[in-house]
Amino acid sequence: MSKSYRDGLPISPEKFVDQLMRLKRGSIGRREFLGLTGLGLATAVMARELGIMPSPAFAQEGLGDRMSIATWPNYHDPATFENFKAETGVAVEVNVFGSNEEMLAKLQAGASGWSLFVPTNYTISTYKKLGIIEALDMAKLANYDGSQEDPRFTGEGTIDGVTYAVPKNWGTTGFAVNTKKLTKPMTSWKEFWDTAMAEGDGRTMVHDYQLTTIGNALKYFGFSFNSLKPDELAKAEELLLKVKPHLFAVSSDYQPSMRAGDAWMTMCWTNDGAQLHRDIPEIAYVLGKEGGEIWTDFYAIPKDAPNKPAGYALLNYLMNPKVAVKEHLANGAPSTDARVNALLPKEVLDNPILYPAAELLKPLEFGAAATLTDPGRAELMARFKSA
Amino acid sequence: MSAGTGSVFSMRGNVLRHNLLTALLLGPATAWLVVFLVLPFVAITVFSVGERAPEGGYQAAFTLAQYANLPARATAFWNTMVLAPAGALACLLVAYPVAYYLALRAPQRWRLILLALVVIPFWTSLLMRTYAWMYVLGGRGIPALLAYVGIEDVRLINTPGAVLLGIVYGYLPLMILPIYVSLERLDRQLLEASADLGATPISTFLGVTLRLSLPGVMTGFSLVMILLLGEYLIPTLLGGGKVFFIGNALVDLFLQSRNWPFGSAIAITLVAVSVVVLLAANRISTRLSGARRVDLI
Repeated sequence: MSKSYRDGLPISPEKFVDQLMRLKRGSIGRREFLGLTGLGLATAVMARELGIMPSPAFAQEGLGDRMSIATWPNYHDPATFENFKAETGVAVEVNVFGSNEEMLAKLQAGASGWSLFVPTNYTISTYKKLGIIEALDMAKLANYDGSQEDPRFTGEGTIDGVTYAVPKNWGTTGFAVNTKKLTKPMTSWKEFWDTAMAEGDGRTMVHDYQLTTIGNALKYFGFSFNSLKPDELAKAEELLLKVKPHLFAVSSDYQPSMRAGDAWMTMCWTNDGAQLHRDIPEIAYVLGKEGGEIWTDFYAIPKDAPNKPAGYALLNYLMNPKVAVKEHLANGAPSTDARVNALLPKEVLDNPILYPAAELLKPLEFGAAATLTDPGRAELMARFKSA
Repeated sequence: MSAGTGSVFSMRGNVLRHNLLTALLLGPATAWLVVFLVLPFVAITVFSVGERAPEGGYQAAFTLAQYANLPARATAFWNTMVLAPAGALACLLVAYPVAYYLALRAPQRWRLILLALVVIPFWTSLLMRTYAWMYVLGGRGIPALLAYVGIEDVRLINTPGAVLLGIVYGYLPLMILPIYVSLERLDRQLLEASADLGATPISTFLGVTLRLSLPGVMTGFSLVMILLLGEYLIPTLLGGGKVFFIGNALVDLFLQSRNWPFGSAIAITLVAVSVVVLLAANRISTRLSGARRVDLI
């Protein structure tokens, strides 16, 4: 045969490979994207070109012109970072994460590039044990006033008398219900799981997060949210496997589905509950009366932070009650700081989603470090997801 | 090659220069592959015989425990082994008629434009396109339109059908292009000869067209299938994370439970499976198309 099949092709094999490589580049992009964000939560990059001269007070400390923060989605007032840039000349790049494990994985791998991040209470001892967070130099945080913090929420930031993290806000893990679709009033995790298999069939979401999904399944039987006992975990697994075929999704990105009406009920964190209820009043936020999770998110600085001075400067800025109050109004999570609560409008303080009644808070448990890192619970979650 | 270039000596000089040039041209690609493929692969191999540190991550060890633990992800492997060929097959069924039309039926002057239309969606990231499907299939998309004409409470998103749709949509061009290429080079006289010898259009298609396009079919099939072996985005976004593929298992092991050694063992196993699939596809397509060699990529 004298004629090669390559002759006269409208698209050459080389061009075809080009196209393939273009797809592959796209695929690296999306993996990186999802890797960073867990479930498709956008990484908002707010760093802009330096436009405003740094104010002299900060300029002499050598803050540089940019820094990076790792935090949660919908968690800050964007104006906060703009104002910080206007005052200091430091542009803030915001990286948004889906879970504490992802943050930990990224910090463990090294060179995360963050100068400030927002870990949840139960991870701080692990970060300290791994030696990857900074013992905070409180002299650089003049705006922080430990005496004004509610001690219930601050304890885990301090280990052996050394402060590694200061609180941002606290919150709870309950569930959100679209009361137009599911009209029966609910008050417990038992009702959550039972409804998921009945009226809420095909319309219920649970977190893609072992800590809360397994923890709240344990509450069905009245066990501890943090249980590591094999027999109790076995019962939780039995429940989860039974519920699995009835679920709408296993995902921590539940706001879009709840807003679109695809999902009627979901495990939910305080701030998401407050935002959903604010925009769609028929979506209620329920705390299971058996208990469940209470949490505090902290600010901490990685040991390998590339711009520690800016990290401290931003942290100190965020600890200013006048700044913090705007943060709380934007993200809807309750504050740990009495000075901030004094500035919050009455309707916020009276909002039962943000500040639930004391008897509902009483049975709640803080997640434990061992709960997050336990390999047995990780494997249970994998069996649940692959079932 | 032009004759009379001179003595043997200068011929050898040419060869040397030629080799040097080849080495120079291959250098960057080789360096790239060593740094970004070979070294990571070595690292993953080392990880895979290690242990998970108590707080997660990796600690040095020499054990085959991670490989022994592979059955713990048997369901994920099984799901993937079903999804990958099924997705590739669905893709093939949609792609073949399109490729056939483009290569044999479309008017010559439209052909390039139509081909471009097949490729253009690739210019947008798959993530964005899959996100768009989330909204098209979600409660405010098609179900809202159906509710408008009286069909209430239809759920499309987070169903196996949505995952299949996403896969076919996402990988279609990869299937169309190789089939198109093999159909395009089909010698039309063979079709006429077949008809002249009394074959019906159907038997001409089965005996000539389909048979001669098999190398393209196998190329497209293997490409799509290999990419699907690592797929995790589409099941997560359009399947609601309820369907667990090996790609999802890997993401969880590295980013959630931080069991890097086990994740590495699974990654190595996945690479091994992909190689086997590639070799098998190559052998099948070589056999089906007679002795002709087929380049998969």
